[in-house]
Amino acid sequence: MKKFSKILSFIGIFFCFSFQAISAEKIEYLKTDWSFKGLFGKFDRAALQRGYQVYTEVCSSCHSMKYLSYRNLAEKGGPEFTEEQAKAIAASFEVVDGPNSDGEMFTRPGKLSDKFVMPYENVKAAQAANGGAYPPDMSVLAKARGGGVDYIYSLLQGYEDPPVGVNLDDGVYYNKFMYGNKIKMANQLSDGLVEYSDGTVASVEQMSKDVTTFLMWSAEPHLEARHQMGFKAIVYLIILTVLVYFSMKRIWSRIETEV
Amino acid sequence: MSDHQYTPQSKFGKWFNDRLPLLTLANHLTDYPTPKNLNYWWTFGGILTFCLITQIVTGLVLAMHYIAHADMAFESVEHIMRDVNYGWLIRYIHANGASMFFLAVYIHIFRSLFYGSYKSPREIIWIIGIIIYLLMMAAAFMGYVLPWGQMSFWGATVITNLFSAIPLVGEGIVTWLWGGYSVDNPTLTRFFTLHYLIPFLILGLVVLHIWALHVPGNNNPVGIDIKKPSKDTVPFHPYIVIKDGFALLMFMIVFAFFVFYTPNILGHADNYIEADPLVTPAHIVPEWYLLPFYAILRSVPDKLLGVVAMLSAIFILAALPWLDTSKIRSAVFRPLYKQFYWILVADVLILGYVGAMPAEGLYLLIARVATAYYFLHFLVVLPILGFKERTLPVPLSITEPILAGSPNLATARENKRLDKLK
Repeated sequence: MKKFSKILSFIGIFFCFSFQAISAEKIEYLKTDWSFKGLFGKFDRAALQRGYQVYTEVCSSCHSMKYLSYRNLAEKGGPEFTEEQAKAIAASFEVVDGPNSDGEMFTRPGKLSDKFVMPYENVKAAQAANGGAYPPDMSVLAKARGGGVDYIYSLLQGYEDPPVGVNLDDGVYYNKFMYGNKIKMANQLSDGLVEYSDGTVASVEQMSKDVTTFLMWSAEPHLEARHQMGFKAIVYLIILTVLVYFSMKRIWSRIETEV
Repeated sequence: MSDHQYTPQSKFGKWFNDRLPLLTLANHLTDYPTPKNLNYWWTFGGILTFCLITQIVTGLVLAMHYIAHADMAFESVEHIMRDVNYGWLIRYIHANGASMFFLAVYIHIFRSLFYGSYKSPREIIWIIGIIIYLLMMAAAFMGYVLPWGQMSFWGATVITNLFSAIPLVGEGIVTWLWGGYSVDNPTLTRFFTLHYLIPFLILGLVVLHIWALHVPGNNNPVGIDIKKPSKDTVPFHPYIVIKDGFALLMFMIVFAFFVFYTPNILGHADNYIEADPLVTPAHIVPEWYLLPFYAILRSVPDKLLGVVAMLSAIFILAALPWLDTSKIRSAVFRPLYKQFYWILVADVLILGYVGAMPAEGLYLLIARVATAYYFLHFLVVLPILGFKERTLPVPLSITEPILAGSPNLATARENKRLDKLK
């Protein structure tokens, strides 16, 4: 009987490993060092600012970020532009407001409290302009894709000529990291596409990393506060646990039972 | 027994307590004689109470900011995550709290299975527990729908569609549940209402669960009836309170790690995409704690029978006190049951795993074998085992028959082994 159960558990373990093997067939994403990973992970301020620049100059012509406001750009834990810089950024966008007292809609320069201006009026307009594919909103994109930041980082650098035998329709591109390898977004990044004011060389790799960092922040704007509080909370809990452990030992020492 | 019984001293206190003895209820709770050999698997009752309170408190705050409308739900969750003060913390505690709740309840249930806590005279405690578990699954499922992401929407579609398997009236019931011809705003608002209601039903049942527990008292690792109070028991306060507190703190460290460092690992990435009725996700998977039942559902080729199998898998647990024919409670003295117990644990884990995988090929085959074994365990193995198994001799009390007076189970086991060698 005992043997029987041992055999069964071995079979179980074997299956677990073979499952691992099956699920390990996933594509390997490109790896890079993310400053925001780990117990004390923080965003690289300069990367966030550069990432914002890439987003505005490249991505934002198609991709909205509807949950972000210009004030977020100056908030703690984010790109931390100064308030003046954030105001200037906001003012560089035309925002539709209204209706005014005459019942007319009007445009005015953006304010800190405005949401990021959307590239298209609505989803249909976005689809019409992009061959039927809706460029997803990027506010929480880094959390909305299986591989997260690694996936986005890889995807931006994953454009290749299609292998022999793969036929692509017009407006469809080959990307080795895309699910099914076919993507309706053309390769957007090329070396030197943007000009970084801090002198960083705008290689494709650098821009991918910067904009992905920016997307991680936009998806998790309180990540730094979370990491900081988490460390304090866990240290506090551990100290309390140790104290309670010794109190418990002391109390249980009154009776002849191990706890 | 604790030496100081509380009696109200003030005039108002006496007056009140004579009419409703709430003030002296504490005496019962502090004195409550608890077996002194309870191990840490017994601390999960307290942990579960903590989980329930945490979910209710964080849920209340979330409900103040959440908007139950198909067009605004997703946005309001983002509003909570971004603009509400510590909204991210409250939401992550609530979302991960659900997983922690289920982790604790599974340990609690499997502890009961191992030590035979469901057996006479504790059948009612067990059955109330199963109802709580059912309500937990309902609450968790509806809660997962509220953020109105892709998995919310499609999970709700798949699960509510199960009712269409009912012959004749199935389609009508589904339309009635949806409040329309697809999962939409009416579905969301009623799910929100029920999600808000169920925790309070659970709270009421938890009171009954504890009340029913306090009639026969706790089972214990040896699984024998003990005299109460006696030297086999300790008063609940301070002994069990501090021990439960210690275990709870350990649990909270794990909880905190999830909340602060991997808050989204237990969720599905697709739920950060706003619900779109026109786009079906590649794989629709429920939350991890429902996966074993999902695997059972999919392992049956017929829809109606699949639903029946899935529901039976849960309801069969309610019949467990009568399916298990053994008079001996604890698996410690049931060498065969102990092995079948661990096979069942492995079986449920395998079911959980294949539940997350696509239902095809090898996975489907494994799911079918594991489903068959699940029912075999409860319907065949357990009833027969009670008659066939040669159990080990059970001690008369927790303390007495054991050398060196140790109620420690490891020592007890060692003694058993020595006895056998003689």
